[in-house]
Amino acid sequence: MIGLTHYLTVAAIIFTVGIFGIFLNRKNVIIIMMSIELMLLAVNINLVAFSSALHDLVGQVFALLILTVAAGEAAIGLAILVTYFRNRGTIAVEDINLMKG
Amino acid sequence: MIPFFQSIGAAAALPEICLALLAMVLLMEGVFSARVTSAAIRWAAVAAFAVVAAIVVWKTGTGRVYAFDGAFAVDDFARFMKVLALLGAAVTLIMSGKYLLRTNMDSEEYPVLIMLATVGMLLMISANDLISLYVGLELQSLALYVVAAINRDSAKSSEAGLKYFVLGALSSGMLLYGSSLVYGLTGHTQFAEIAKALSLSGSNLGIIFGIVFIIAGLAFKVSAVPFHMWTPDVYEGAPTPVTAFFASAPKIAAIALFTRVMMGPFANVTHEWQQIVVLISIASMALGAFAAIGQANIKRLLAYSSIANMGFALVGLAAGTVEGVQGVLVYMLIYLVTTLGVFACVLAMRRNGIYVEKISDLAGLGKTNKGHAFVLAMLMFSLAGIPPLAGFFGKLFVFLAAVKAGLWPLAILGVVASVVGAYYYLRLIKIMYFDEPAAAFDATDGEVNWVIYAAGAFTVLFAVFAQPLLNIAQAAAASLF
Repeated sequence: MIGLTHYLTVAAIIFTVGIFGIFLNRKNVIIIMMSIELMLLAVNINLVAFSSALHDLVGQVFALLILTVAAGEAAIGLAILVTYFRNRGTIAVEDINLMKG
Repeated sequence: MIPFFQSIGAAAALPEICLALLAMVLLMEGVFSARVTSAAIRWAAVAAFAVVAAIVVWKTGTGRVYAFDGAFAVDDFARFMKVLALLGAAVTLIMSGKYLLRTNMDSEEYPVLIMLATVGMLLMISANDLISLYVGLELQSLALYVVAAINRDSAKSSEAGLKYFVLGALSSGMLLYGSSLVYGLTGHTQFAEIAKALSLSGSNLGIIFGIVFIIAGLAFKVSAVPFHMWTPDVYEGAPTPVTAFFASAPKIAAIALFTRVMMGPFANVTHEWQQIVVLISIASMALGAFAAIGQANIKRLLAYSSIANMGFALVGLAAGTVEGVQGVLVYMLIYLVTTLGVFACVLAMRRNGIYVEKISDLAGLGKTNKGHAFVLAMLMFSLAGIPPLAGFFGKLFVFLAAVKAGLWPLAILGVVASVVGAYYYLRLIKIMYFDEPAAAFDATDGEVNWVIYAAGAFTVLFAVFAQPLLNIAQAAAASLF
């Protein structure tokens, strides 16, 4: 029987993968965006699992809202990335270093 | 229609609804009407902020009112913070006009984005549910990411936008993870219900995890250490009027949200979050004081200054009492006016038509422009906390509240950090008055001049008219308990 704990464990693992994806990745900003999506999806798994365990719909409403906002967030992130690429000609993470301190 | 609006309590949310509609109208005007200049849109946006501030004060009822089944709450605390946020947004928009014109960034979408970000801030300030908290926060953040990268031809500006976006999205993810844990373990998303559930069950490991994640997300938005890394880079890379906006209105909204979340749903588990807030407060004050010392760029210096200022504001929050929240409100009011004044001075730093932002460019300002030098010196003395200027009273109230709540070490460390911070504020004054004068700046624009002298007058005369403001702040703080 797959219970709440299993879902929470999977979500926690995916969330951690997302965070490490942001900090350990040294190559490409697109990978960072994918990691951000992973984090948000982990939260959605959490919310839906809790919602089902509590017999309460609010969690699923919350998850739908997160999906919507995440789509907008990804669109804006990619748009900023395009202007960055036009200015610098690269999207490698190690080249994002015009300002330091 | 009308009974429907009444049944969801839309009157309380009237300011947000009006501002969102006005933003959309102005966007359409800007896109489709050839006659409308971007300057007209900008002034229309300023007028919209003024109208909405009037609605906040006079048309949102009295006492505590709810809208949308309790997901949205308006009380005196929210009204106070909303007026501050609208003031910050309006003043930065007024100041930015000439800068945008000269740097070829004047577009219709800039004021509209500022308006949409402000709608998000108003929602954050009134959020009374984890869902409305998240939606308000994202509405604000998404607009801010775009505004940071508004100068599409500048590598620095788009890098600032990219950094802000990546770290902002990370912090939203952490905030959401915390929210999901709190929802799962209490069964509610509404703040009052969470507080009730926590008072019955007490805290457990899962709740503490959730609180820590939520604090991490909120600390990012107020740029408190250890989530401050984006601040100096974004402040330096973004165009100066955008930096002025970042330093003013969003900080007000984020501190308001931080306060509401700590005093609302987690009011019954104060001992769990108090030590975390104390820790990030001390770390912010210390880092802000020490890291600013070596800076050469004035926007970077102000970024560290704002990190330190957020640390001082969090001292009041850590106290967790009515006096503490009152201290936070007074501190944010003074911080807002001082920051606007300082950034107006930065916007006046223009030599031969080019905006400069090195601290050494200020050399000899005391001889070339006595008025500005005097105001900037007063603002720096105020930030350093020298009586009888405004900044002294801000610090006094938060430290008094901390001492009354038994947080002696926090208050003492705060005073020490304030002394260290005084070094770089006073260094600016020394450069202005005693260094070899550089060439004079170009003539200052009327609007910027006006903001500089208004902020100077507020800072110097605060002690005279402080009492009514303190009373308003006290009523606002009391409405939260």
